[in-house]
Amino acid sequence: MTIHTTSPAFKQNAHNALADKQLQQALGNVRAGFIDKRTQAAERLPEFEALRDSAHDIKTHVLAHLDLYLEHYETKVREAGGHVHFARTAEEACATIVEICKAQGARTVTKGKSMVSEEIGLNAAIEAAGMEAIETDLGEYIIQLRGEAPSHIIAPAVHLTKEQVEQDFRRIHTHLSPDRDLTQAESLLTEARMVLRKRFLEADVGVTGANFLVAETGTSIIVTNEGNGDLTQTLPRVHIVVASIEKIVPTLEDAAQILRVLGRSATGQDMSVYTTLSTGPRRPEDVDGPQAYHVVLVDNGRSAMLGTEFEEMLRCIRCGACMNHCPVYHAVGGHAYGWVYPGPMGAVLSPSLLGVDKAGHLPNASTFCGRCESVCPVRIPLPKLMRHWREREYERHLAPAVYRYGLSFWAFFARRPWLYKFATGLAMPALGFLGRKTGRFARLPLASGWTDHRDMPAPQGKTFQAQWRERGGKTR
Amino acid sequence: MSAREDILSNIRRSLGVNGREAPRVSAVQERLRSAPRGVMPARGQVSGAERVALFRAEAERVAASVAEVAQPQDIVSEAARYLREHNLPATLRMGADARLAELDWSDTAIEVTHGPSAGDDLNGLSHAFGAIAETGTLAMTSGPGNPTTLNFLPDNHIVVLREADLVGDAESLWDRLRAAYGKAAAPRTVNLITGPSRSGDIEQQIVLGAHGPRRLHIIILRD
Repeated sequence: MTIHTTSPAFKQNAHNALADKQLQQALGNVRAGFIDKRTQAAERLPEFEALRDSAHDIKTHVLAHLDLYLEHYETKVREAGGHVHFARTAEEACATIVEICKAQGARTVTKGKSMVSEEIGLNAAIEAAGMEAIETDLGEYIIQLRGEAPSHIIAPAVHLTKEQVEQDFRRIHTHLSPDRDLTQAESLLTEARMVLRKRFLEADVGVTGANFLVAETGTSIIVTNEGNGDLTQTLPRVHIVVASIEKIVPTLEDAAQILRVLGRSATGQDMSVYTTLSTGPRRPEDVDGPQAYHVVLVDNGRSAMLGTEFEEMLRCIRCGACMNHCPVYHAVGGHAYGWVYPGPMGAVLSPSLLGVDKAGHLPNASTFCGRCESVCPVRIPLPKLMRHWREREYERHLAPAVYRYGLSFWAFFARRPWLYKFATGLAMPALGFLGRKTGRFARLPLASGWTDHRDMPAPQGKTFQAQWRERGGKTR
Repeated sequence: MSAREDILSNIRRSLGVNGREAPRVSAVQERLRSAPRGVMPARGQVSGAERVALFRAEAERVAASVAEVAQPQDIVSEAARYLREHNLPATLRMGADARLAELDWSDTAIEVTHGPSAGDDLNGLSHAFGAIAETGTLAMTSGPGNPTTLNFLPDNHIVVLREADLVGDAESLWDRLRAAYGKAAAPRTVNLITGPSRSGDIEQQIVLGAHGPRRLHIIILRD
């Protein structure tokens, strides 16, 4: 598989992102929009924290019994007249989907928003087979016009301003009057609705992802706000669901528990507008709906994560709260992470799926402030998992030499308390004296990586240990 | 080995199981059979007029409009009033739902047509299977009575909900679905609809009327 990733170049990507004025303006919307909405929605539901525990427990139970639930789910889909396909890798998943499309003589394939389809590179596979793939979620449609990857897992075009979207619509929708007004989000949405309505109606195959696969009934569930996922799966002859294996939940009751934390964590909505349960193809008495229903279950590295320290990452329900609350994501946006999953969840998941050699920088893109874990609806210990990756990167000698020498240097002192005390006892008063005027350093030798972007606060003149003793703290 | 066997055996190897351990198998069967409820928010645990009021408040909060009527025939006058008030053409597209079929539209100027939508209907009328008060959510089930396309293609969607079909929470709705369709079975599609369609994809600004209806009007037929 050719994965298009620039994750190895994270550092350069981040530099470029920090210097990109338009991006910085757009990223202000993340900081302003998501955080307050989530807080308000969570506060409105007294049981919210208990529901997070419940969601955590359900996902943990599923992962411990994943083989059995998958088998049950498969049986129920078949009973309802649907087809189930298993795919070990991204290539297998794409090949399966392309084959179904070809067997239908499909020319156009509409798509609802699906992160796993981004992960497996489905659009490229569909196009390579001579068919047209059309993204129908507004954000996905915009980035498809631009030839970009999503920069956020639920708001794919969050890195763009409406002026940029206007330019793209004028560039692509040349059949429309050049005098039309596209200065507002409303007019842009109306234009996308009109252009895409036609594409929905003429599509041969519709591909959606799934937020849940319900073992009890063989049902796939999608959660959306626009209605594009529903038009994608209702109008064409064939509906293909592509979902990763950990999307399974036992029953509808379990789905209801997780739904209560999903919308609130993602967009601050109690419920997203459309939660759609699909079970098999059109029934004999039906007057609309797809004639065939396929589910493609994608592993792509997940079964190997089970039983490891990264198993907890498989609880992720892709709400995006971790990135919405991440200071690093706020600063550099999603594209800097170089692949489809950005932010803290991407920093943990991408090394699992791409390899730590390619995505090893990502777990370092964290201040370990812990906000991601504090808002995660299924309580994934994201900082801890990032630390695990850092350890692996270090063990495999993938970390840069300066970083390794620096750590060894520090470790040398840390293991010799008397030497540590002596050295810091000399250094702190000296630095405190040098920085006494402004209280900070704009420049320090060997620390330009820090001081190029922000000042280093000057020490107060005494070491932590000295202050600790003065305040009567115990020492060993 | 097939992809299916490969994936299942990988999972089992990672978990250190063979798939035939009795405690695991019975834990799964028991959970599927009993479908335990988890944490139930107090908000939805209300009944009668209070439940209707909660549903109404939650639906209006997400930009749906709600009217209450006392008699089935009042649905007709309310739908006509709604179309007039919003300056919409006097047309309605609906499915073969028996409860809607009993309504007499002859006193209105509304042109009623039947069947699924092909994408050129401005106004759709559906009958809900039920609704969830906790979140102001309608539940629509597919079939000739209320074709799924009517939930999404018309610009304006009017939905009739009988008070008797309104429940407090999603879990109670699942119970009603099982009673109607059988345990561990489901209609082809259940659409849970919470307000008219919207998008926040451009600068995180919420705009109504994305790909589904721009307006959602709910007519509650009180008991």
